[in-house]
Amino acid sequence: MQLSREALLGAYRRMKVVREFEERLHVEIQTGEIAGFTHLYCGQEAVAVGVCDHLDREDKIISTHRGHGHCLAKGCDVVDMMKEIWGSREGLCKGKGGSMHIADVDVGMLGANGIVGAGAPIAVGAAISAKIDGKGKVSIAFSGDGACNQGTTFEAMNLAVVTQAPCIFVFENNHYSEHTGVDYAVGTANDIASRAEAFGMKVWRADGTDFFAVYETMREVLDHVRAGNGPAAVEFDTERFFGHFEGDPQRYRGKGEIDRIRETRDCLKNFRASVTSAKLLTDEDLDTLDAEVLAEIENAVQAARAAERPTADDVLADVYIAY
Amino acid sequence: MAQMMYREAVVSTIAEEMERDPNVVMLGEDIVGGMGTAGGPEAIGGIWSTSVGLFDKFGKERMIDTPISESAIIGAASGLALAGKRPIAELMFADFIGVCLDQIWNQMAKFRYMFGGKTRCPAVLRLVYGAGYNAAAQHSQSVHQILTGMPGLKVVMPSSPADVKGLLRTAIRDDDPVVFLEHKALYGMKGDVPDDPNFTIPFGHARLTRAGEDVTIVSSGLLLGFCEAVADKLAQEGIGCDVIDLRTTSPLDEEAILDSIEVTGRLVVVDEAPPRCGLAADICALAAAKAFPSLKAPPQAVTPPHTPIPFARELESAYLPSIDKIEAAVRKVLGWR
Repeated sequence: MQLSREALLGAYRRMKVVREFEERLHVEIQTGEIAGFTHLYCGQEAVAVGVCDHLDREDKIISTHRGHGHCLAKGCDVVDMMKEIWGSREGLCKGKGGSMHIADVDVGMLGANGIVGAGAPIAVGAAISAKIDGKGKVSIAFSGDGACNQGTTFEAMNLAVVTQAPCIFVFENNHYSEHTGVDYAVGTANDIASRAEAFGMKVWRADGTDFFAVYETMREVLDHVRAGNGPAAVEFDTERFFGHFEGDPQRYRGKGEIDRIRETRDCLKNFRASVTSAKLLTDEDLDTLDAEVLAEIENAVQAARAAERPTADDVLADVYIAY
Repeated sequence: MAQMMYREAVVSTIAEEMERDPNVVMLGEDIVGGMGTAGGPEAIGGIWSTSVGLFDKFGKERMIDTPISESAIIGAASGLALAGKRPIAELMFADFIGVCLDQIWNQMAKFRYMFGGKTRCPAVLRLVYGAGYNAAAQHSQSVHQILTGMPGLKVVMPSSPADVKGLLRTAIRDDDPVVFLEHKALYGMKGDVPDDPNFTIPFGHARLTRAGEDVTIVSSGLLLGFCEAVADKLAQEGIGCDVIDLRTTSPLDEEAILDSIEVTGRLVVVDEAPPRCGLAADICALAAAKAFPSLKAPPQAVTPPHTPIPFARELESAYLPSIDKIEAAVRKVLGWR
């Protein structure tokens, strides 16, 4: 483990922000204040943070249907995101996008997506742009086990290999494509990385609930890609604590499954156990961060509730730059 | 002024803009050709020869020859644009939008709106469309009625080499996504093209190609020439036609259409796309809603029938609007009552 105390605290804090952002939304959605469909990232925090902690603003990411974690990890503002999910005109996307379409190009976050699998070709385009610029920047295509079955993802992987674009396909296998298990839906026997390998990429696999495994794996992947070796792929085995969308009755889950994964496969619990047993951080250090994060989320929710609502005139704005 | 073909106007404009702005890149299937073969690169320069010579000038980084992967082509164009480039993506047949419509409709067209106006997606999609080659149902279609209905896209349909030059330059310099529809039967058309390296034609401004006071004929693309032939014939009988070339269907120059109808009171819209929910119906509805007091006859739409495009020469000819059909429609509005 080579991370400084500061880096460890930062990583834990960023994962905790995602966790508490999602846990709070899970509660708030039931009050009816938040409109539309919401897909929570809870359980997968170590992937978003373990990947994005290696990136700067010039590196690009494209997110998925389950995008809050990627947005926060890449640097989207917590309050602006909460306001967006509340549909405020002060939101990150002025209330035009909502949960499924959060983007902030200024921080290199090119968009979450309502269409499963649509992001991968866009990420390849950003990677081709990075290759033209020649500054060693990369583009990350976050994809799930659902997106790995879309033809767009196949086309994107092939185009990335053909153009030798610095694109990294990060497959988060959370075992469910919406409401259907990967054992059924992914024909390659629950193995996504082998598909990327078949397209001619070097691939990695790691435990997505272990921040350190994600972080160290991504260091290797990024070294490989930034060195000009073309695209690469990595599959993280992870867990989704909530349903596909909020309100999903999750009848596809096994008995006691959620309790079990929350007990044994929680990336935050695992992180805490790991750093405290190695005496890198204390429980007190982490408890302090927990309290800070809870206050930050509370503040974001209050700000979102109080934020200005859009008006009918706003419907017409921002279709075109000029028309 | 220089004489050049419609096709030459396409390739010279792309070359000039790539020369002017290093952010302009091009991608598509066989835009270079010969990649990975013994014969070597630029074996074709685009199946319509609309990128001949560009690989030699601009190299592999900016002339991105792609596999047959339309979703990846359009998606990559979006990613390039979001990352600050100005991609020109080519689909060798506009019909192939069926393969990649999500990337056009749900992605590229909507980024700016969905993301609260904070993004720019300056991509040009060059699509080769239209009938006349007996290429049957999947290689002949006019797709503007589908794309014009998509908020966030601009849709351009040049009808002459000069318009290709001025409109394509505007498209490449535009900061919104633009669909640029090139009619395959016009590629050999010759015409005068201004030499000015900054000659542009603004979107949303129709062009009056014939002037008259009796009938307004609205069209675009290949069929514009058919309408002009009808107008020239009727002029010999003392019948005057305004012929309006829309140039862009989104934005639509409503004012040019309505101003003309106010004088003529008669409207014929000629369009190569199928009739239902199409451009011709849209413009007839516009006239009914906004020029009703001026109308002396019901607006007429001349379009193909509600069928796929057939293969055989006789069938394709029967399918397409013809000079005779356009003339008949004009005489019908003239003879009303």
